[in-house]
Amino acid sequence: MAMLEIKDLCVNYGMIKALKGISFEVNEGEVIALIGANGAGKTTTLHTLTGILPAKSGSVRFNGVELTKTPAHKIVKMGIAHVPEGRRIFQQLTVLDNLKLGAFTRNDKDGIAEDMEMVYKRFPRLAERKSQIAGTLSGGEQQMLAMGRALMSRPKIIVMDEPSMGLSPILVSEIFDIITSIRKDGTTVLLVEQNAKKALSISDRAYVLETGKITLSGKASDLINDEQVKKAYLGE
Amino acid sequence: MKRKLRPTTRKSFVTYAIVTAAFIFVEILVSSGSASNMFKGLLVPFCVYSIAAVSLNLTVGILGELSLGQAGFMCIGAYSSAIFSCAVKDTITSPWVRFPIAMLLGGLVAAVFGILIGIPVLRLRGDYLAIVTLAFGEIIKNVLAALFIGSDSKGLHFSLTSQGDLGLEPDGKMIINGALGISGTPKDSTFEIGFVVLMLTLIVLYNFINSRTGRAVMSIRDNRIAAESIGLNITKYKLITFGLTAFLGGVAGSLFSHNLAVLQASKFDYNLSILILVFVVLGGIGSIRGSVIAAVVLTYLPEVLRSINNYRMLIYSIVLIVMMIFTSNATIRGFFAANLAKLKGIVSKDKTAVKEGN
Repeated sequence: MAMLEIKDLCVNYGMIKALKGISFEVNEGEVIALIGANGAGKTTTLHTLTGILPAKSGSVRFNGVELTKTPAHKIVKMGIAHVPEGRRIFQQLTVLDNLKLGAFTRNDKDGIAEDMEMVYKRFPRLAERKSQIAGTLSGGEQQMLAMGRALMSRPKIIVMDEPSMGLSPILVSEIFDIITSIRKDGTTVLLVEQNAKKALSISDRAYVLETGKITLSGKASDLINDEQVKKAYLGE
Repeated sequence: MKRKLRPTTRKSFVTYAIVTAAFIFVEILVSSGSASNMFKGLLVPFCVYSIAAVSLNLTVGILGELSLGQAGFMCIGAYSSAIFSCAVKDTITSPWVRFPIAMLLGGLVAAVFGILIGIPVLRLRGDYLAIVTLAFGEIIKNVLAALFIGSDSKGLHFSLTSQGDLGLEPDGKMIINGALGISGTPKDSTFEIGFVVLMLTLIVLYNFINSRTGRAVMSIRDNRIAAESIGLNITKYKLITFGLTAFLGGVAGSLFSHNLAVLQASKFDYNLSILILVFVVLGGIGSIRGSVIAAVVLTYLPEVLRSINNYRMLIYSIVLIVMMIFTSNATIRGFFAANLAKLKGIVSKDKTAVKEGN
């Protein structure tokens, strides 16, 4: 059984149909990429499965448990962490407070301290800026903080929304290296990206989303050579 | 072995110290007989408005939602505590027992109303809280101004039309007399009690803000979606904060009502809500210490400037606009920050010089 199973999911914004029945699955230990152009419904998909948006119909199952009727704060507790688009960090709080808040759903003090060490090890720059106000960090550091914060909930799966957005090429590579290392440590990753080339290069499988429907899917290594994908998303 | 205080803890202790120093200073003034009657009459209102302002700052500054109904909560607290005190003043004669219960009751009743309003409104995004609290304050004021309650040997009588409608027995007594309000509330409020309640309020607020819950509330203010993504129950934390604001507003109202011979609902109008919001904005949104200072200064000034009292609201609005420009303009803010830093530098240099001199 797949870890995360999405079936015939439909989501509306009022009259507008944002998702018109999409189905996909994520198995434990995989890195799955969801690629597509602006307005394809990638962020909508993530927001629905983390409970921020309500689903019109269809199902989202996580380890067999239905999520579409579960409130957002309970979904995090079940082991799904969300790195929202556009580095949504808590601007006026310190880096440390941001990370502490990431572990909000947990009560194990020792485990939290352990994970804090792990995050600082993974992102040494955050350790240097521990007591700095998060809004004063650079774009790349803010993205790292958002990722570190998500890891603090010790998730089984981490869903990331456009982690490379607005970052310099060097930082983009750094972020993708971190995603690979997160996966290596045993956390499943669902990645939404516009940077299709980079996303495909680090993921196992991928789905291509177009105006609310999945039009292509398969192994990332196959899709990267697919003529259609090349033309539409890789700019070749 | 001196333990270093965390910056947030230090900040709160500085505020406690300032308030305590001001209290001692005023006590000396009063006991030496150099305080005017006008000033003495303002002492309890200082505490009332400070408490109302710091508690509103919790919703406006920490939670980031606009509330325009703080006067409504004060009104509820004032009325419920005054009714309680009037009812029991013959059975519980000691004000030391009666008044704390009355304040607690006033706060609790206000908190219940706060939560009742909050449950539907705080689930929404946007400025709905401002709209609803604005209406709430006006409704409360008008309903209480039209309410007649009397008691006699047959029990309680209610009416929304007139005193005659109650049909009281000759031995009956009025509790709420419509627009004339409640009279005969025991004068339990003193400056000392007000100071203690203000200190308790400050301690509660600082501890709340620096707690795990406080961090959660601030994260909602900073970014709603991110707060949801880390697993926060947004509505719950908004309700806790708004409930606490309403509770403390009710306590402030209780302090207020026990300082007056006659309590009238018309005092708790829209202007009062705005006035308290002005304290919060002028003192700095999110700054507890600033709220207290602004509340005291802006309660005192109009009394001193009695002669231009007609222009009071005009001056308030101008000052408010100027403050808005100052706090939102990066250049001006930078200028002040730089000069403040310079000033601090001079002061600390002086200190080290003194130390070296020793």
